[in-house]
Amino acid sequence: MYDVAIIGAGITGTFIARELSRYKLRTVILEKDNDVANGTTKANSAIVHAGYDATVGSNKAKFNVLGNVMFDKVCEELDVPFKRIGSLVVAFDEEDMNTIQTLYENGIKIGVPDMEMIDAKEVKKMEPNLNDLILGALYAPTAGIVGPFELATALAENALDNGAELLLNNEVKRINKAKGGYKIYTNENIINTKYIINCAGVYADHIYSMVTNSYFKIVPRRGQYYLLDKSAGDIVNKVIFQCPTKLGKGVLISPTVDGNIIIGPDAANLEDKEDVETTSDGLSFVQETAIKTCSKIPFNKNITTFAGLRAEPSTGDFIIEESAEAKGFINVAGIKSPGLSSSPAIAKYVVERVKSMAGHLDEKEDFNPRRRKRIRFAELSDEEKAEIIKKDPRYGRIICRCETITEGEIVDAIHRNAGAKTVNGVKRRVRPGAGRCQGGFCGPRVMEILAREQGKDMKAVVKEGTNSYILIGDTKEDSEYEITKEFVASSCDA
Amino acid sequence: MLNYDIVVIGGGPAGLAAAIEAKKNDAKRILVIDRDRELGGILQQCIHNGFGLHVFEEELTGPEYAQRFINELKEMDIEYKLDTMVLDISKNRELSAINTKDGFMKIKAKAIILAMGCRERTRGAIAIPGTRPAGVFTAGTAQRYMNMEGYMVGKKVVILGSGDIGLIMARRLTLEGAKVLAVAELMSFSGGLTRNIVQCLDDYNIPLLLNHTVTQIKGRDRVTSVVITEVDGKKKPIQGTEKEYECDTLLLSVGLIPENELSKSVHVKLSPVTSGPVVNESMETTIKGIFACGNVVHVHDLVDWVTKESQKAGKSAAKFIKNQLKDSIDVVKTFANDGISYIVPHVIRTDNLENSLDLLMRVKDVYKDAKLMVKANGKIIKEINKRHMAPGEMERINIPSSIFKEKNIREISVAIVKEGE
Repeated sequence: MYDVAIIGAGITGTFIARELSRYKLRTVILEKDNDVANGTTKANSAIVHAGYDATVGSNKAKFNVLGNVMFDKVCEELDVPFKRIGSLVVAFDEEDMNTIQTLYENGIKIGVPDMEMIDAKEVKKMEPNLNDLILGALYAPTAGIVGPFELATALAENALDNGAELLLNNEVKRINKAKGGYKIYTNENIINTKYIINCAGVYADHIYSMVTNSYFKIVPRRGQYYLLDKSAGDIVNKVIFQCPTKLGKGVLISPTVDGNIIIGPDAANLEDKEDVETTSDGLSFVQETAIKTCSKIPFNKNITTFAGLRAEPSTGDFIIEESAEAKGFINVAGIKSPGLSSSPAIAKYVVERVKSMAGHLDEKEDFNPRRRKRIRFAELSDEEKAEIIKKDPRYGRIICRCETITEGEIVDAIHRNAGAKTVNGVKRRVRPGAGRCQGGFCGPRVMEILAREQGKDMKAVVKEGTNSYILIGDTKEDSEYEITKEFVASSCDA
Repeated sequence: MLNYDIVVIGGGPAGLAAAIEAKKNDAKRILVIDRDRELGGILQQCIHNGFGLHVFEEELTGPEYAQRFINELKEMDIEYKLDTMVLDISKNRELSAINTKDGFMKIKAKAIILAMGCRERTRGAIAIPGTRPAGVFTAGTAQRYMNMEGYMVGKKVVILGSGDIGLIMARRLTLEGAKVLAVAELMSFSGGLTRNIVQCLDDYNIPLLLNHTVTQIKGRDRVTSVVITEVDGKKKPIQGTEKEYECDTLLLSVGLIPENELSKSVHVKLSPVTSGPVVNESMETTIKGIFACGNVVHVHDLVDWVTKESQKAGKSAAKFIKNQLKDSIDVVKTFANDGISYIVPHVIRTDNLENSLDLLMRVKDVYKDAKLMVKANGKIIKEINKRHMAPGEMERINIPSSIFKEKNIREISVAIVKEGE
């Protein structure tokens, strides 16, 4: 019998698992996909918001401001890059100026620290590449950027290091109330648990409806992005927003923690909870809108485009509460933006809820908040490079040329807790294939390493989803070539 | 610190030819560094024939062509390190490099030759909308899987882009039993060699759809179909012309980009047109003692021309370390005028010329019965009639050195003059 079953291994699920792993609890994360951070967590703006735009008194307002200040510590503990670079909301006309003034006042009420209203001159000084037409901006120095999937994989790893369990490829099919808790039926297992925490992202309404009539609905709201090459990385220094619209925070331009530039998203409500395709209309919209902020964006340096789904709740706010109908079942639903920013505070709050449900929780004496440091070969000094290769020659073999990633780093990413199992899983953890050649050179090598380290055939290695096979078979054996030769001969005659 | 006369970065056709030629010109300690597991570069995966017609006057396969140089390199006892990556280069010609055997190395060279080749443009670079399933490959990566590793990449294939590797792969996949449904090309002409269109598409009844592009990729795990749409004169998709092709694979042959990450680390000046280093008559970059050749400078159509260009770079590097390259003030600049996208070399120091100099260039469009007009200081010095020119085929113009030495020439330009103009 588990104490807690968390459904969904995105940023909220993994964060809650990590925070619960501080206590003497048996915790399991159930994830339908073959890796953690596979849904919304892998495709979003990667921003830690300052938090000025939510409605005063809402969950979004409360958790964003609390969550924001917690990032430095957790990212330091888990060796995840986080940069507090600040953000600007730029105004193009008087109406926008009023909007940012309102945002500023709203932020003060919510408790966002250190905000400033700045004029065009100061904007230009901070961000010389932005368009001249900008009249002023709301500057929020506490905004930051983080690698969301890097954080989620690190949280999962740390949770597992501290005794939590992770069941991948376990899609929850049915939940029954049982004595002292619940019985969860997945496609592979039956899990008995006292408490359930529903972190199922766009599927949270679906999961909740397994225990009672769900009073909320989650609408997938798709957003599309461009990701530019590192050589475009200095076009902006901060997260640059336009004024928010009804559908969201609008199109932003921001550096990423890895030195790329991210531009997006648009917003479109969909029916399909798996529809992460990009469209030419969506991408054109992002491009045309972003150009209003900065006409110098070098879109010819694009290295990839992608789309993600926000989990938009019908209630308009984060749903974080124990169900009134189903005791011991906590919904953590509708965690759209600022979900990533709020996740540390949400996790802390959920732990308090579990504590109150359980009466009290005993802390583990041996909880380790740190994960083993990742070796980032490219960032080492010459002496450190020499030393690490001497210790483990696999650090002397570069697999990804664009990002300078060694075999040693890839092997390590595979063998850690909650480690990489797919080509994209490796890419999200240590970045081979995330550079400008997009895996053209390193793809075959990464597959080879994955196959070797997991004792699999190359052909069994997948890109991402369970059936995303890259290779479909072997080329012909010699004997089969006879036919081919004849074919060639006859076609030459013709 | 390891010390060498010349370090060649890249052991493909460019690096091999440069190293051999440098040795022939009395450079003693030469080291070739390659990041792959064997010498020969991309030639090793080009198992089709058609290489060497100009250099050896016979038709060889890629590996055969490479092997001739590899053998020569070994006979000459030129040192090489495989599975080795150069991490950075400094202005005073020091390199750091790593591999699993030697570990971290600092290497000092009297001259460096950049021969890193090029890489393929990707789906991201052209931002094809749709899902992101498995089954989308650049043509060269698919070629590596098939020809080096022995794996099939798909059964029903659409190819976007009619660059040479795409054309070659259309035939290769067909021979391996896959069905190639179509090759779509955005432009109104193919970027590949005419002989490849005939031998790889026409001979196998594979349709070449000019003025078409892929506008959507479908499929969640693996590609299930792609949508091909006709484009107008401005290369914008024409609504209503969409056609869906059921397939499991999309191959991209949408261009090659010289790979100059290392060149950037030492601030070699790059040309915005070629994406390769700006070079002079000796294939020396804007940094003294650092030379470059082959596809790292500009993407060639035939390996034979890579060899010739690289031999020049190797010979020049050997001269450089003997202080025989002259830093003359008599500099001639080359200008790509109407219809020409670029000319290599970019500058010419006339003192270093031998009997003649080849100007290598690409044209911007397809031209029939047009002239290449070469001017020196604005005066016509040469006109070459051409029945057919296309961006897929490199043009070479040989200029006798005597021309430079006369009349204080400051600039050479090449333009295309169409019939009747």
